Amino acid sequence: MSWLRFLHRKRSDDELQDEMESFLAEEAADNETRGMSPGEARRQARLKFGSTEKVRESLWMQNSPLALTNIGRDVKYAFRTLRRTPGFSIIAIVVMALCMGTATSLFTIVRSVLLRSLPFRDPDRLVVVYEHRRGAAANAANFNYTPVATADFYDWRSKTHGFEDMAIFRYGAYNLTGERNELPESVRSAAASWNLFQLLGVKPALGRAFIESEDRPGSTATMLTWSVFQRRFAGDPSIVGRQVHLDGRPFTVVGVLPSWFTYPDAGIQLWVPYKADATPDLLQHHDWHQSQVIARLRPDVSLASALAQVGAVQYQLHLQYPHDPVAEDVAPRSLNEDLAGNVKKSLNLMMCAVGCMLLIGCLNLSNLLVARGATRQKEVAIRSALGAQRATLIREQLTESVLICVAGGVGGILLSIFATRLLAHAWKDLPTAQGIYIDGYVIAFACVLMFVAALVAGLLSAFSTTGKTMMKALQTSARTGASSVSRTALRRSLLTAEIGITVVLLVAAGLLLKSFMRLRSTNVGCITQNMLTLQYSLPGKKYDMPEKVNAFNEALLERVRALPGVRAAALGNTVPGAGYWGDFVFTVKEHPPLNPDESLPEAVMRWADPGYFSALGIPLMSGRFFTSDDRGSLSYKVIVSHQLASQYFSNDNPIGRHLHVPAHFHPGAPNDVDYEIVGVVGDTLYQVGKDSKAAMYFPLLEGINIPQMLVVHTASEPLQFSVPVQKQIASLDPELPVSGVLTMDQVIGESLVNASLSAKLVLALAVLSLLLASVGLYGVLSYLATQRITELGIRMALGAQRDQLLRLMLVDGLQPALFGLGLGLVVSFAATRIFQSMLFGTKPLDPVVLSSVMATLLAVAILACLAPAWRASRLDPMQALRSE
Amino acid sequence: MRKSQPQNEMLKGTLDMMILRTLVSSDAHGHTIAKVIERTSEDLLEVEQGSLYPALHRLEDRRWVTSYWGVSENNRKAKFYRLTAEGRKQLVRETNRWRQMTRAIGLVMGEEGGAQ
Repeated sequence: MSWLRFLHRKRSDDELQDEMESFLAEEAADNETRGMSPGEARRQARLKFGSTEKVRESLWMQNSPLALTNIGRDVKYAFRTLRRTPGFSIIAIVVMALCMGTATSLFTIVRSVLLRSLPFRDPDRLVVVYEHRRGAAANAANFNYTPVATADFYDWRSKTHGFEDMAIFRYGAYNLTGERNELPESVRSAAASWNLFQLLGVKPALGRAFIESEDRPGSTATMLTWSVFQRRFAGDPSIVGRQVHLDGRPFTVVGVLPSWFTYPDAGIQLWVPYKADATPDLLQHHDWHQSQVIARLRPDVSLASALAQVGAVQYQLHLQYPHDPVAEDVAPRSLNEDLAGNVKKSLNLMMCAVGCMLLIGCLNLSNLLVARGATRQKEVAIRSALGAQRATLIREQLTESVLICVAGGVGGILLSIFATRLLAHAWKDLPTAQGIYIDGYVIAFACVLMFVAALVAGLLSAFSTTGKTMMKALQTSARTGASSVSRTALRRSLLTAEIGITVVLLVAAGLLLKSFMRLRSTNVGCITQNMLTLQYSLPGKKYDMPEKVNAFNEALLERVRALPGVRAAALGNTVPGAGYWGDFVFTVKEHPPLNPDESLPEAVMRWADPGYFSALGIPLMSGRFFTSDDRGSLSYKVIVSHQLASQYFSNDNPIGRHLHVPAHFHPGAPNDVDYEIVGVVGDTLYQVGKDSKAAMYFPLLEGINIPQMLVVHTASEPLQFSVPVQKQIASLDPELPVSGVLTMDQVIGESLVNASLSAKLVLALAVLSLLLASVGLYGVLSYLATQRITELGIRMALGAQRDQLLRLMLVDGLQPALFGLGLGLVVSFAATRIFQSMLFGTKPLDPVVLSSVMATLLAVAILACLAPAWRASRLDPMQALRSE
Repeated sequence: MRKSQPQNEMLKGTLDMMILRTLVSSDAHGHTIAKVIERTSEDLLEVEQGSLYPALHRLEDRRWVTSYWGVSENNRKAKFYRLTAEGRKQLVRETNRWRQMTRAIGLVMGEEGGAQ
């Protein structure tokens, strides 16, 4: 073909007609010279030439890009056929839109969270390095990656050279007060070694990053994140160089970070140099595992060899400090993995669910197409008898399914733009939630998905409709209207597969939901109803003496307890269910010294005032609670949890024994001290869904100044008390900010966010698939029924009863449904093993979940069968027979 | 009726060659080309118009002929075709191939020295 002729097709055609006209004229003239009359001459010329139209047509074809014209024609044809059956088209398009919408949204999120690298310089060379305990792998996954002890890091950095640079940071919190007596605010902060931003390749939006000389104890430099800069300082660039007050001390703002910088999470509001508020003592500790280390690999060094160097240094440290919890080795994690680690599993699960849904959608579409193909069977048969090529017929059907998928896909993309926003909002705690948006790649993915779906659905149905037994189909359809056996078999197997996958999805959703409900109702070991929590931390500058700290704490407790409607109030550093917050090693003084290889026992650290246990309803097992004598000066008393007692004092009575704890975690203790065990209390969970750990409680009112959590047990709805309690705090210290004003239910709920989200999303997917499966079932059975109208008419005319027909139709429909159920259950058994670790207190073969899934699906299947079957059984036999 | 009997149906690809051949001596329009082929073949071959024009367009697309509008011997407007240099070369190639072919067929059919 020639593009020139294609583009000037009209002109070319006109020319051709002129040319043929002149040919005819010449031929007629020749004929006239042979003696014919002009009319006859012209007629003979035409006869000899034949059809000019045919010549035009063949040249038209020759000058067209073949595929293009055919596609144009096919699309037009498909569009017309689809418009003839609006019901079918709408169902099919909606099915596709739902599937595509969900798939695109989920893919967007997975891509944003897992696949997209952070906008740092050469992110591939950035790794997060953790301490790693070799033996710990078996029992608890989170102990594989232990946060780094500060002193370990300084050794790594000075003694190895496989990394271009290494930086360290840890979390913290400050009371932020402004220049003009603005309200105090408790903000989350991070303290980073000065080189962190340089290592990441991040340039501040305003001002500069920290410099080396600022990274020293007592430093007063700070960098603001974009969010606090906008919110609190109204984006005023003159803030750089000005002072803000952190915990009452003036800090100079040296720079503002760019708006996209939300590492390590969006909650961090400001940065200070790592050593700014660290005591020199702290910097030398090898057991203070509080920091994250991020390292940039040198381009000419492999990760393995760089890590081997660090690991060797770490092993030396391990040997050097046998009594400190110094890990033997180090382990890396890529930056993305580190940020997404916690959600990765549920996202993977979600992807599987979406895959299943897409498959269901696809099966549904092919099923609908196959069923519809059956009603069009006669048309296809006639056309094929008249010489239509099979390829053409298949192409037509494919075009149709592509058209449906494109329409559904466009709808789906619109839907997913909406759904993604919703999900990003629901998931705003995700580390990279800011990066969740639909971009070109996702649209491209959607398009590929769309065409794959179209291809699968279209081909499946096309091959079934354009089978080889055309003439047979023509004969049978003319006689009885029954469809061929192979086609029915195909439809049945599609239906079986569809129901099978729905079962798998429903079982998964049911298990997750049940395990979530289990989580929700877990007993964390204390009262959770009518509990209000509230956090504050006393600035060390103002409360520099233990007496001042105690005076504030006791005055507050006294005032809060005096509020009407308050049953009890207590202070602690945290409450059960609110998180881990760190542990510490100890030895039991009365026990023979451990041999040096053995690692020391460790327990969760808690602080509590005398009223803490009774206010929270944590039971006393033996001994006594703290009393008001265990305060003021150092009394060295400790209360242990039941688990600690039974683990380390198996048969002995622990009361009166001593725990030996290193001194430096107690600011007032001169040397390592022994704490006398005065009581044993009930176990509590530090987080819902995690195993309980041994715990030791120290007296809070010894004057130690740590962030405090006030717990108030109220007589009625606890949130009503938040304002009165805050007023009491303000009356004691108007500059003291509070945070974390939550009910105990909310505190526990925080740790359930992830589980609840997975459960809800999978449930939504499962409901959607149930819907799709019932639509599929209903659609196919209705078509089957219409197909069999004549047959049913004959049966009725021959004396079949209505209930017999009803039964016939029901059996016909329920058979694939039952096969599907069985198949689905078998696959579920295998599949649920994959996410067993996500389940809590629920076995993969949970009988309640399994039976409710079975019942639901069976009910849906019966309903979907019943309607068309009932309609078929109501047929007037005469009309049914005439319907052909 | 058209005489599209098997014996005078053209061998595939030979039409192009014959069109090029008729254009060697002078430019011609479609009618002349068809007439020349019919006459020189002693009316054994009849050019179907359904294949003449597609063939002419094809040759033009391949730049073996060019076309222009002119006036026929009967003083009518007609589209004339002219052989290009490239077309001449193509004709030589085609003719050689044709000769080899007929000689080969002739040998197979048992004619002395091929069908020349």
